[in-house]
Amino acid sequence: MLTALLIMTGIAIVLGAALGYASIRFKVEGDPLVEKIDAILPQTQCGQCGYPGCKPYAQAISNGEADINQCPPGGEEGIRKLADLLGREFKPLSEEHGTEKPKSVARIDEQVCIGCTLCIQACPVDAIVGAAKQMHTVVAPLCTGCELCVAPCPVDCISMVPIAETVETWKWKYPVHELRSAA
Amino acid sequence: MITRLFSFKGGVKPESHKNESSGTPIQKAPLPKRLVIPLRQSIRSTARCLVAPGQRVLKGEHIGEGEGGLGTSVHASTSGTVVEIAPSPMAHASGLETLSIVIEPDGEDRWIDHTPLDLHSVSREEALAWLRGCGIVGMGGAGFPTHVKLGGGRGIDTLVINGAECEPWITCDDRLMRERAPEVLSGAMILRELIGAKQVLVGIEDNKPEAIAAMQAAASGLGDDISVVPVPTLYPAGGEKQLIRVLTGVEIPQGKLGTDFGVQCFNVGTANAVHRAIRFGEPLVSRVITLTGNVARPGNYEVLLGTQVSELLDLAGPKADTDRYIVGGPMMGTELQSLSVPVSKGMNCIIAASPALFPPPPPELPCIRCGACARACPADLQPFELYWFSRAKNFGKAQEYHLFDCIECGCCAFVCPSRIPLVDYYRFAKGEIWARERELQASDQARERFEFRNFRQEREKEEKAAKLAAKAAETRAKLAESGEAAAPAAETEDPKKALVAAALARAKQQQAAVTPKNTDGLTADVQAEIANIEARREKLNPQDADKAP
Repeated sequence: MLTALLIMTGIAIVLGAALGYASIRFKVEGDPLVEKIDAILPQTQCGQCGYPGCKPYAQAISNGEADINQCPPGGEEGIRKLADLLGREFKPLSEEHGTEKPKSVARIDEQVCIGCTLCIQACPVDAIVGAAKQMHTVVAPLCTGCELCVAPCPVDCISMVPIAETVETWKWKYPVHELRSAA
Repeated sequence: MITRLFSFKGGVKPESHKNESSGTPIQKAPLPKRLVIPLRQSIRSTARCLVAPGQRVLKGEHIGEGEGGLGTSVHASTSGTVVEIAPSPMAHASGLETLSIVIEPDGEDRWIDHTPLDLHSVSREEALAWLRGCGIVGMGGAGFPTHVKLGGGRGIDTLVINGAECEPWITCDDRLMRERAPEVLSGAMILRELIGAKQVLVGIEDNKPEAIAAMQAAASGLGDDISVVPVPTLYPAGGEKQLIRVLTGVEIPQGKLGTDFGVQCFNVGTANAVHRAIRFGEPLVSRVITLTGNVARPGNYEVLLGTQVSELLDLAGPKADTDRYIVGGPMMGTELQSLSVPVSKGMNCIIAASPALFPPPPPELPCIRCGACARACPADLQPFELYWFSRAKNFGKAQEYHLFDCIECGCCAFVCPSRIPLVDYYRFAKGEIWARERELQASDQARERFEFRNFRQEREKEEKAAKLAAKAAETRAKLAESGEAAAPAAETEDPKKALVAAALARAKQQQAAVTPKNTDGLTADVQAEIANIEARREKLNPQDADKAP
């Protein structure tokens, strides 16, 4: 009886020590799930999900505060990937957060711009250059198309222009033709 | 000398259809009415335009400067006037537009002054820059800049000149070798010198006996280390890796290049262009192109770059039942999207297709897992696996099965009993993977910039706070120095509050220092009256007592 108790206690102590050591030795910095979710999000930093950027939204999903269908730029594909990662059911994009749009970039009408710098302050990725009372312009390759600069502009000189297909970005189409039902 | 040949795995033997166009000599195409010269001569780089509309240019004049490491120069193909610089469709499967220079020829076809380059008086780098300036790119189809391919000029033992021309219908390299063998070999010798190779092997498929004879005759006077080798006719023997395998026995593994094994490969057309560029100083302004298929006069034509296909086709006379055109061969070529597409450096053949010659593909049937594609694949891949993964959009898995080693030769689709357009699936998957790669890069960049912006804003806030604190400390020090009472809020942590408190204290002191003038020099009566009033007020509002002056 006593031997059995001693053996069990001994095993418990040894395993406890091993686990305790492992939890210190192999401690994971940060939350790996947040990183994984963040990697799926499109990094538009548009805030349409209701959080100030993609990382906070990833954090919110990880904490269970936000749903996975609040990211319009990520679109259906993004939701599918999140559903796969988190083992949840796919659900269509929530309408209150916006709709999926073709990828576009902001363009400033330089004739109308008054140089107020409001758009520069609004841009989450510092993709607008300019100075007070000087003309501003968008660095198109850096623009994520978040539309955050459109609202602050007092003279409405910023428009969103869809990105045109070029020889570099052109892709071969999917060879499978979906059959249409004879309506 | 070559003693034995090797073989590559797989391959197919499609009907060659070479005789249609190989019988007649290369004809010079007449001067077109209009030249459209795209500033992008390959998919990799777009040149910077150097001319303006209205400007007169001579044949061979430099009109576009190559940008970046893969850029090459673009030249006017004939003398004339630049009419406009506008987007125009280019020879690409997408049919998309690219910025092009439109030249109206003046009919004189007058050359700009050009001088040959003496290879022995210049350094190797200068010679490569010369080739770049002459706009020399690979003429087998890919359009990769030759000066880049010549690379460091070290560690190359064997130079392979690719005259295999394995695709059916195409005969432009065949005619070039038959008629201009000395020029091609002269170019090969220049390439050999530039790359530092010991031996030159010219590989020609054995279905071109005339070309082999002409090349062997021309090579006989050039020494032992150059040999013209007939290789068995088996598609795709003209693939770079396949030809290197056949001639040298070197099997280039995945992710490696011929240069890693001391072998480099150039097309015969490229060798000819290099010869023109070095021996005459002529930039690349024309090429030989095969017009064949459903046409009245199939043959090979020497065409100025920028000639529109519609004008070119008039030479060959397409028959009435032609329904589409194929650029390149039937195995790897793509359908021509528009007849206004100009001839580019990598365009080797235009095939007029009719339903009789190229019947529409029969309906695609399910894969029966027969494995015929795997036996035919010259790249040692498993095409059926790649097909399933591409079709299911499982791109990660497709990459695991080495999708990017696929050379899109079309052997698998050729042998497929279910007539599945396999290559279309691979092209689709490759395009999607590249697009994802680009998106990933863009999102990584956006994340980095967003995080830096947050960091910057935080830093600016801190800097502002530090500045404020420093100012507050300064003010306090000044106050202490002037011997006045320390500000009541001196101990408070918030520098802003401290500043406000200090300012308030200062104002109070100033106020205290200024005494109202109407209280100076009052008579005793008035003072007594004031005291009286104050006493009354105190009685009425005791809480005001402390506020009274």
